[in-house]
Amino acid sequence: MSGRLELLSEQGLRLDGRRPHELRHIKCKLGVFEQPDGSAYMEQGNTKVLAAVYGPHQAKAKKAEGNELIINCQYSQATFSTSERKNRPRGDRKSQEFKMYLQQALSAAIKSELYPRSQIDIYVEVLQADGANYAVSLNAATLALIDAGICLNEFVVACTASLSKSNIPLTDISHVEEVSGGPKLTIAALPTAEKIAFMEMSERFHIDQLETVIETAMAGCREIRDILEAAVKEHLIHIGSAADWARVC
Amino acid sequence: MSTNAMIELALDRVDWNDLAGNQEQLPRVFTPGEVLMPESGFMRGHGTFVEEENIVASVAGVIEKVNKLISVRPLKSRYVGEIGDVVVARVLEVGQKRWRVDTNSRLDSTLLLSSVNLPGGELRRRSAEDEQMMRHYLDEGDLISAEVQNIFEEGTLSLYTRSLKYGKLSQGMLVKVFPALVKRRKMHFHNLPCGASVILGNNGYIWIAPTKGEEQEGGEGGFVQNLNEVVPRSEREVIARLRNCILALAKCKLMLYDTSIQYAYEESLKYEPRELLQQHVMFDIGQQTQARLRDVDLVD
Repeated sequence: MSGRLELLSEQGLRLDGRRPHELRHIKCKLGVFEQPDGSAYMEQGNTKVLAAVYGPHQAKAKKAEGNELIINCQYSQATFSTSERKNRPRGDRKSQEFKMYLQQALSAAIKSELYPRSQIDIYVEVLQADGANYAVSLNAATLALIDAGICLNEFVVACTASLSKSNIPLTDISHVEEVSGGPKLTIAALPTAEKIAFMEMSERFHIDQLETVIETAMAGCREIRDILEAAVKEHLIHIGSAADWARVC
Repeated sequence: MSTNAMIELALDRVDWNDLAGNQEQLPRVFTPGEVLMPESGFMRGHGTFVEEENIVASVAGVIEKVNKLISVRPLKSRYVGEIGDVVVARVLEVGQKRWRVDTNSRLDSTLLLSSVNLPGGELRRRSAEDEQMMRHYLDEGDLISAEVQNIFEEGTLSLYTRSLKYGKLSQGMLVKVFPALVKRRKMHFHNLPCGASVILGNNGYIWIAPTKGEEQEGGEGGFVQNLNEVVPRSEREVIARLRNCILALAKCKLMLYDTSIQYAYEESLKYEPRELLQQHVMFDIGQQTQARLRDVDLVD
C-alpha cells in the first residue's frame, strides 16, 4: 500500500474538494440528435459522453441466429478526450472490452422478449475522459434508450467507488483518484430491484471492506438514478407541452 | 461565386424549451421501472409489465386508460403500425412474389405481388410472367405510398396499394420525421392551397410533390413515373419551403397535420426559403404556428 497517494485530506475532503459520499455534478440532455431514434448527452464532472441509439430495426441476416434480439454496442473515445492527444482506433482492446461490458449491462435492462428478430445499435462516444468512463457511458446509453422509446425493466445505471487509505469508501472517483493507485470498483445496477448487472474491480483491498465499498457504489447508483429520472421527466414535460399533449389525447 | 455563411454564436443559440410555456394541467409522466398501480382488476397493455403484483411502466411516457386496459405511450419511438394506416415506404429488395420495403418500423414490411394493381384490369390473374416483371414495376430504391393491410405475428407489416390513391411516387421530395409527430387523421393526402400536395405517412415519412392536374389524377395507383416532365421553378420553391416548414415544426416538436403545415407555410412567407434553416427562424415559425393553433383550439 506504500507509495499510494492519500485520497482523503485530514479535513475529510477529497482531492477535488468533494466529501467521500459526494457525486460529481451531473448534467444530462435527451434527444440531442435528429437522425438516430434516440440520443443523449451526459456530463459527470468533467467526463462528457454522447450516446446514440438506432433501432430496434430488422436484424442483419448474417448475424441473426434464431429469434433473439441483437444488442450491438460501439464504444469509442475521441482523440482529444484525454490530456494527451492520441489516435484511438475503434477496434482496440480497451474499447472492445468496454463494448462487451456495455452489452452485458444493457441486456439486463432491455426487455428483449418484445423484440424478436430485431437489432438495436448503441453508439457511445467519450468526448472528455475524466474517470469513470464506463459508468458515464452506460448512464448515457440508458438515457438514449429511454429517448428511443425502447422497453426497459428499469433504469440501468453505473457508479464507481474506491477506498481511501484510512478505509473510508469514496463514491464516483475522478481520473486523478483513479491513477493515484487506489482500488476502483465499478458497478452497473438495476437500483430498484437492487440487482447488480455488472461488476468490475481493479487493484485489491481487504475482503472485509468489500461490502461497504459495494454498498457505497450502490448508493451512488440510486442517487444517479434519481437524477436521471428527474431529467427524463423534465424532458418529457418540455416536448409534450410544446404540442399541447396532442399526441397523447 | 460568393456564398453567405451563417455562423451562430453559442450565446445566441435558441432554447427550444421556451416553446413549452406554462401550463396549469400537466399529465403525470412515468419512467421505466415506476409502479403505476396494483395489478388487481386491471389489464396490462403496451409499455407496461407486471412485477410483484404491480403494473410497472417499461417506457417513459404518459399513462393511457381504456376501461381496464392500462398502457404507457412513449412520446417517441419507432413506427408501430396499425391496420389502415397510410405509409410512405421505400423498396429495399425484390423477392419471390413480394417486395421487401422499409417503413421505419421495427421489422421490414412486405408488399405482396397480389396486393398491387397490375396494369390491365383489376382482377387479372398473376402469372409467372408477372413475377419476372416485378423489377420492372418496382425496383430497389423506389418510393411508394401504401396502406397497412395486415400485421403478422411477429410485427411485420403487410402493405397494399390496390387503390388509385396509392402506388409508385414520381417527382417530389421525401422528409423524414419522428413517427409520433404525425397526427392520425382520416385524411393523409392533402392538396395544400399553396400549390403542392403532401402525403403525411403515419410512419413519419412525408412526401411533398407538385399538385397534379385533374386529367392526370386517374393515372396514379400504377407504376407510371413521369421523370421527363419539368417542374417549374416556382413550384420547386414552394416544395422547398414546405420541406423547411415541416422540419421547423418537427424541430419544435409540434404535431404535423394539414392545418399546422398550412399555418407554418403562411408564417414562413416573410422569409426566404433558405432562411428557414436558421435556428431562430425555425423557432419563430414554431412559436407563431403554435400560437395560431392554440387560438383555434380556444374558439372551438
